[in-house]
Amino acid sequence: MSVRASLNPRAAARGRVAMEGSLGDRILRGLCIAAGLLAGGTLLAVAYQVISGARLSISTFGLPFLVHSAWAPNLGHFGAAVMLYGTAVSSAIALLISTPVAIAIAIYLSMLAPRAVRIVVGPLVEMLAAIPSVILGLWGIIVLAPFMQRHVEPALHGVLGFIPIFGPAQTTGLGVFTAGVILTVMVVPIIASLSRDLFLSVPRELTDAAESVGATRWEVIRGVVLPTTVSGVSAAIMLGLGRALGEAIAVASVIGAGNVVHVSTFETGNSLAARIALDFAYIVSNLHTASLFYLALILLVFGLLTNLIARQIASRYDVHRTFA
Amino acid sequence: MASGNLRRREAVSRAISGLATASSLVAVAALVIVTVAVVRHGAGALSLSFLVKDPPQFGGPGGGIASAIVGTSLIVAMAAIIATPVGVLCALYLVEFSAPGSRPARAMRLALDLMQGLPTVVVGLFIFGLVVKPAQAESGFAGSLALAIIMLPLIARSSQEVLLTVPRGLRDGTDALGVDRWRAIMTVILPTALGGILTGTILAVARAAGETAPLLLIDGAFTPGTTVQLFGHAVPNIPVLIFTAVESADPSAFARAWGAALVLLALILIANVGARVLLARSRARMGL
Repeated sequence: MSVRASLNPRAAARGRVAMEGSLGDRILRGLCIAAGLLAGGTLLAVAYQVISGARLSISTFGLPFLVHSAWAPNLGHFGAAVMLYGTAVSSAIALLISTPVAIAIAIYLSMLAPRAVRIVVGPLVEMLAAIPSVILGLWGIIVLAPFMQRHVEPALHGVLGFIPIFGPAQTTGLGVFTAGVILTVMVVPIIASLSRDLFLSVPRELTDAAESVGATRWEVIRGVVLPTTVSGVSAAIMLGLGRALGEAIAVASVIGAGNVVHVSTFETGNSLAARIALDFAYIVSNLHTASLFYLALILLVFGLLTNLIARQIASRYDVHRTFA
Repeated sequence: MASGNLRRREAVSRAISGLATASSLVAVAALVIVTVAVVRHGAGALSLSFLVKDPPQFGGPGGGIASAIVGTSLIVAMAAIIATPVGVLCALYLVEFSAPGSRPARAMRLALDLMQGLPTVVVGLFIFGLVVKPAQAESGFAGSLALAIIMLPLIARSSQEVLLTVPRGLRDGTDALGVDRWRAIMTVILPTALGGILTGTILAVARAAGETAPLLLIDGAFTPGTTVQLFGHAVPNIPVLIFTAVESADPSAFARAWGAALVLLALILIANVGARVLLARSRARMGL
């Protein structure tokens, strides 16, 4: 672009790119700017709508809304504690499982797999992200939840039962832990494909140098590849977290729509996004609607924060264009 | 000098390589397991009449999902019509009309990133407050607007990446000929990038077609009959049909949901494979 700018002496003199031009140029440029303003304006309008929709609930409950656990629309009791807890725990489970798995996949795809395998497996992993959440939810209820209840949860309880979060398996398999597993399926492809691109961008000289002094493959990965990409991978994990926090439908299907905070993750719970999706068809009062908007406001803040943090981490080290 | 230490280091390295390979197998297995489950449960429901008949008016067995197929196609097509030009124009601004580090370019990229990070259920609530509540009516068009917001950053991002790969020589050539910027964009740059832009649009469409949360809030209470009218009333669509069946206790609705899931998943996976093939071909044509 700088080359183009210098071709136009007037623009170059002002240090700008092609401010002047024919009528057609100005029209197209204007359209482009209008499109950008539309995108930015939409974002502001989203924030405004969510805040104004939540106003009634905010003025009624204030910040204690965040720590009240009662949610009884018919009685006018609303609090976000159960949903905050369910969102946090299910997302944490998803990240704890998916981070090592996704990084391992990225290592395989960028450094270990033969080319023929890579061009098949890479797209297949990305396609995992293309499965609609509603289908994952359907599969989660019918296939995954019974499997978790019969095999995985009793086994975890048997081995790690002394930790309270691995309580006895419940009757359906629907619960916070199963929601975390479903979210894992959605988050892994995001972290894996971004990390793979980062690993591929590590300069060849660095890895060659490490290998030439006798480092094994794992030592190259641990000593060179991971340290040079750590900020980008962290950003990818933040983006995965954003996805997990905001997922409504798949979580709504398998989290069991519970109304109580349980320590055991095998018990039912609820998440912010899932509560909005599940309650919306059964609105009983204006306060109910406003409280759902309040939940959405919390969700919006989380979503924007994870994104901003991801950008911040990535841009500080300016590792890769993907995050630019 | 194969000391015990080196042997141990090699063993660790091999073990890690094994874990990495196993992880990739698990991911592919997850895709296969879900796909096979959908095919196994859904294939029984699938037939010609399933594709061309509407669901029965008052529940119960029989019927098909024609109205939902028509509805989803219309809603997503309208969303693509709204989002594609805006997304491509945003990408053009970033690549052709601004310096990469300039403040407006940074602001636009920030806006697009944040838009992509919006939870889709929040997008649904936004359109509910903006369109559905004032109009006192759910509508397919409201659904299109929500899906357009979800598609826009995806299309802008992929278009931007394609535009960046348009060979410099083409730009320099048009500049050397004294061609106006807009003419160069319309006749040389966009046509060159068309394959890639199309790929991005197809992937965005595939993503939007399965979006459920926003439609549940703003296009969820529909009657089963086929309609082509996107305004004024809720329009049947595949994702909400599946989700409401999941929440209901009607076994025939469940069978219909699996059939619908199979149709949806097949369309999405075909679109994904098709988009990748298209991308590979257009990249080959651009000599990349």
